[in-house]
Amino acid sequence: MKKILVGLVFGLVLGAVDGATAWFYPEARSMLTGILVGSSIKGMVVGILTGWFAHKVQSTGWGIVVGSAIGLLFAFLVAAMDTVNGRHPYLEIMLPGFVVGAIIGFVTQKLGMPGPAKSGAQ
Amino acid sequence: MDLSDSVLDHLRHVAALPDLSGTRYELESEIGRGGMGVVYAARDRQLDRRVALKVLDCALAGEAQLIARLEHPAIVPIYETGTLPDDRAFYAMKLVTGARLDHYLQGSPPLAERLRVFRRVSEALAFAHTRGALHRDLKPQNVMVGQFGEVYVMDWGVDAVAGTPAFRAPDAQLDQRSDIYALGALLQFLLPASAPLALRAVVAKAMSKDPNARYPDAPELLADIGRFEQGLAVEAWSEPLWHRLRRFGSRNAVLLWLLAAYTIVKLLLFFLRHS
Repeated sequence: MKKILVGLVFGLVLGAVDGATAWFYPEARSMLTGILVGSSIKGMVVGILTGWFAHKVQSTGWGIVVGSAIGLLFAFLVAAMDTVNGRHPYLEIMLPGFVVGAIIGFVTQKLGMPGPAKSGAQ
Repeated sequence: MDLSDSVLDHLRHVAALPDLSGTRYELESEIGRGGMGVVYAARDRQLDRRVALKVLDCALAGEAQLIARLEHPAIVPIYETGTLPDDRAFYAMKLVTGARLDHYLQGSPPLAERLRVFRRVSEALAFAHTRGALHRDLKPQNVMVGQFGEVYVMDWGVDAVAGTPAFRAPDAQLDQRSDIYALGALLQFLLPASAPLALRAVVAKAMSKDPNARYPDAPELLADIGRFEQGLAVEAWSEPLWHRLRRFGSRNAVLLWLLAAYTIVKLLLFFLRHS
């Protein structure tokens, strides 16, 4: 399986799982479907970009760094678009997005077929 | 006139030295004695290089031809064979500078390095087996580690009775699996006291008294070593659950840390919201 596809699949699944945790917040349950879809799409986009990076550079360390940075960026964009009770939930979305990005970065480095060798520092 | 013992010893020693007249070699010093002859360091006058010269106690046996057939990076290449004026056979081969494996281990190399050396030896043996050759006397004294880490297996195909007891299989008839037994004994010798249980199990399987219970060939043994190096379960050992979990944990430590971090973040946010 190609790394981009690995990123897409894991991004989608992890994004969906991350979105599903909104169920624990009663005030967000009414918007659960929207959160699930949005979080899954966000995870998928992060996964594709991280998978593309993993295809180009084979380095677990850099994979985690880039994955978490992309995850953080997209989480910021989502949080900036979203408002709960009149405020942007930056912390609630960006912190988990950062860690989910790191996980996707790690997974895309470990799984899938690499592209032409271009190793970075480990 | 009486000669002292030391003079007699010296004369005996000189008389035993090979007469290299008529050859292109010039004797330098003795570097070892094996089951079938003596190995000397010598100089090849024609090519102006140092070589190892093995002088056999008998006429040229199949040994030189056997080794000459084995062209492999971990097998010392033969340059030339010939016969001395006293009818003893000799062959010239690459002079390997480095340490014998038993001496090399005195430097306490790390486990990964020990396994690298073992892998090179096993690959040489696997190659020889594909050419129908057996080593018959694999032991640390027959493995050299060069100064740049290169590994050479020496003294191929000596008579079975010359095999070293601790490394010799208890088989009535020697075959590939007898060499596998010796490989197991060599691995046991290579492993430090604190070696993981999985590697001990590989040794035990390779050294089984029943040849059929051993690895069928060197690549199979190497595959198990490879599994160990990758953090996978070795075939030689049915590991207990706690060991399997520990291996999983160490193999997936980064992922487990990341998942733990995610869980902590989520719990933290949850309690922050509800506090």
